[in-house]
Amino acid sequence: MDVKPMTTKERLAIARQPMPAQDPGERVHNFKEVNLGYTPELAQKEAMRCIQCKDPVCIKGCPVNIKIDKFIKLIADGNFLGAAKKIKEDNILPAICGRVCPQEDQCEKVCVLTKKYTPVAIGNLERFVADYEREHGEIELPDVKPATGKKVAVIGSGPAGLSCANDLARLGHAVTVFEALHELGGVLMYGIPEFRLPKDIVKTEIESLKKLGVEFVTNTVVGRSVTIDELMQEEGFDAVFIGVGAGLPWFMGIPGENLLGVYSANEFLTRINLMQSYTFPENDTPVFDCKGKNVAVFGGGNTAMDAVRTAKRLGAEHAYIVYRRSEAEMPARAEEIHNAKEEGIEFLLLMNPVEFIGNEQQWLTGVKCLRMELGEPDDSGRRKPVPVKGSEFVLPVDMAVISIGNGSNPLIKQTTPDIEVSKRDTIVVDINTMATSKDAVYAGGDIVTGGATVILAMGAGRTAAQAIHEKLTGTAPHFDEW
Amino acid sequence: MYNIVSAIFLAENIKKIEIQAPRIAKKRKAGQFVMIRVSEHGERIPLTIAGSDPEKGTIAIIVQGMGKSTRELNMKAAGDTIHDIVGPLGTPSHIEKFGTTVVIGGGVGSAIAYPTAVALKEAGNHVITINGARTKDLVILEEEMKAVSDEAYITTDDGSYGFHGFVTRKLQDLLESGRTIDYVLAIGPVPMMKAVAEVTRPNGIHTVVSLNPVMVDGTGMCGGCRVTVDNEIRFACVDGPEFDAHKVDFRNLSDRNRMYLEEEKLSAEEFSHKCRIGLDQ
Repeated sequence: MDVKPMTTKERLAIARQPMPAQDPGERVHNFKEVNLGYTPELAQKEAMRCIQCKDPVCIKGCPVNIKIDKFIKLIADGNFLGAAKKIKEDNILPAICGRVCPQEDQCEKVCVLTKKYTPVAIGNLERFVADYEREHGEIELPDVKPATGKKVAVIGSGPAGLSCANDLARLGHAVTVFEALHELGGVLMYGIPEFRLPKDIVKTEIESLKKLGVEFVTNTVVGRSVTIDELMQEEGFDAVFIGVGAGLPWFMGIPGENLLGVYSANEFLTRINLMQSYTFPENDTPVFDCKGKNVAVFGGGNTAMDAVRTAKRLGAEHAYIVYRRSEAEMPARAEEIHNAKEEGIEFLLLMNPVEFIGNEQQWLTGVKCLRMELGEPDDSGRRKPVPVKGSEFVLPVDMAVISIGNGSNPLIKQTTPDIEVSKRDTIVVDINTMATSKDAVYAGGDIVTGGATVILAMGAGRTAAQAIHEKLTGTAPHFDEW
Repeated sequence: MYNIVSAIFLAENIKKIEIQAPRIAKKRKAGQFVMIRVSEHGERIPLTIAGSDPEKGTIAIIVQGMGKSTRELNMKAAGDTIHDIVGPLGTPSHIEKFGTTVVIGGGVGSAIAYPTAVALKEAGNHVITINGARTKDLVILEEEMKAVSDEAYITTDDGSYGFHGFVTRKLQDLLESGRTIDYVLAIGPVPMMKAVAEVTRPNGIHTVVSLNPVMVDGTGMCGGCRVTVDNEIRFACVDGPEFDAHKVDFRNLSDRNRMYLEEEKLSAEEFSHKCRIGLDQ
C-alpha cells in the first residue's frame, strides 16, 4: 500500500484512538480481558499521529528503550510483523508490557504531543503488534549470537528474570531459570488477573524464550532446594541473577486480622489466578464465596484494584476500596481506577480501618473505620491523613483483602549471608550494573526496589544482563545492532 | 512429574510414599516440609518430610487420607507420578543437646515427629518417645520409634495396646515420677498439642509444636498460613512450622483451619462419588 506522506498538521489533526473495551455491565460477570485491542485500521490511524521526532524522547522514557519511533512508523506503513520484530529487539514481552506498563508515567508522559494534545497511544500500539503477530502464527525469534560456553542461573521467572534470561540467551549464554512455583511467570501468573493479562499470552511469550534455548526448572526454591553457592561451585554456573520479586505481604497490625475471611491480596489473587479457584470444584483450591457478599479491599495501588475487581466478578454485592488518603494520592494507574469505577466498585476514601470485627465462629462481620482528613504533607510529599475525632463507624463486610504492599522474602539473606541487604531486607546493588556485594551475583526487580512495576523489573533484568555479559566475556554487548 | 518409588500402607488409611526428588533428598533437615500438588487441577498441600535417602535421591512422606488431595495421594502406587513437589521448605527443627527430651506424636503426627527424634538422638539427647494413636491398628512407626528411643511408650485412647489413655496422661506420669525433662516436642491434632502445652506450662519446660495451617504457596508469598504466636503474626511456612508451644494461640489456629470446611466436604464428596463410579466400571 502506498501511504501518502502526511504533513505534521494533518497528523496532529487526528484524535487519539480510544481502546475498544468490553461493556462494564457485561465484563463484571466474566474474567475475559477488559480491553479488546485495536483493529488494524485503528492501529494504523493511531500510528499516523506520531510525528517522528528527530530526537524521540519517548525512547528515553522507556525503561527498556524500545525503538518506539521506528516500530510506530512500521505500523503506519502497514508492516505489522516488521513492527513486532522491531519491538522484540528490545523487549521480549510486548504483549504483556503493552497491557500492564504504566505508559502514562513513562514513554507517553514525555511524548512531545502530550503538552498541547494527547500523547500517541504507544502502549496500545505495542499491544496491537504483539497480538497481531501471535494471532497470525508467525512469531519470529530474534537472532542468537554464537554460544559463549558460559552458564548463567536466573532465579525467578517473573518479569525481571525473563528479561534478563532473554538478553543473556541472545548473547549466546546458556541460561537456566529456576522458579519456586509450579507455573512460570511469577507475578504475571499469580498476581495480575486474567481480565487484565490473559494467562495464555504469558505462556506464549515464555514459549518464545524456550525456543531461544532458555531452560526452565519449576518447583525449585533457591535458598532451600539449592543455594546460590551450590549453583556456582557445584553446578558450574558462572554468574547468577536474582529476580525473586517481593516477598511476605504486609498486614496492618490491627486487631482481628486473623479472623476467617481476611486475606492478603497475594493470597486472594494467588488462589484466583494461579490456582484458578473461581472454577472450584473443577480445580481443587477453594476461595471465599463472594456471591452476594460485601467485600472491602484496603489499599490504593494496582494490586488493590485487581483484588476488588476480582471480588466483583465473583459476585460481590458491594465491593469497596477503602483508602486512607484521597483519590489524588492513589498509586494505582488512572486507567485501572477508571475501569474499577465503571464496574461499580465503591470508593470509600479518607477512611482508615482500626479493627476487624468477627462473630462467635470467628468469621469477619465488619470493620471499624475512622474518617480521615488531609493534613500537612508527609515524607512522601503526599498530604498526611489525620483522623477526624469521633468519626468511628462500622462498615459491614464479609470478606476483607489487605493490599498495602510486601516486604522482602528473607530466604536469600538467610542462606547467602555474603549478599548485602538493606534494613528493609532488599538486596543492595550498584544501579549501573545491578551487581550485588557478592562476586558474579546480580539482582533486580522488586527484591531490589521493593514493590514496583513489571517494566521497571524488566529494565533491571536488562541492565544486569549487559553487566553479566561484560563480566563473562570482557566485552560490552551492542543491543543497537539487533 | 515426580516418580513414586514405593507406596505402602502402614495402617488403615495411612500410607508411606517414597518419591524421587534428588535435590530435596540431599538438602532436607528434620522438621522441614514439602508442598505437593497431586494432579494438574490439584491444590498445593504441605506435608512434612518423614525421611530421605540422599544416595537413592528419594524422600518419604506419610499421608493419612482425610480430604480429597490426601485420599487421591493415598491411591497412588509405585510407578505412579506426582505432578509437583517442592522443598524442602520451612525452618528446620532447632536441635541441640538439651538433656532429657520427650518426643510426642499423635496419630499421623508420629511420622512428622520421628525425624526430629532421630536428630535429637544423634545430638546426644536422652530420647523418650510417646507414640499415641486412637487404637492399636492405627499405631505407626512402632519399631522405628523404639530404635531411636532410650525409652519408648505407646498409648492408645481405647487401651487396645500399650498405655490406656491420652499421650498427655503419660507425659503427666513422667513428670509426676520426678523426672527432669528439658525439652518436649509435640506433633499431632491441635487439641493434643494444646493439651501438651498446658501440661508443661506450669513447669516452664521448653515445649515445641509443629503447626499445620492451610497453605497456598508455602514459600512466604501469600500469608495464608499466618498464625498468632506471642500475640504477633508469624508465617508458619517460613518462620515455622515449629513454634514455642506456650506462645501459640491454638484457638486461632483451629478457627482458621475451619475456613474451608464446607468446600473441603464438597470436594471430598465429589471425589468419593467419582471413585464409586470408577469402581462400578
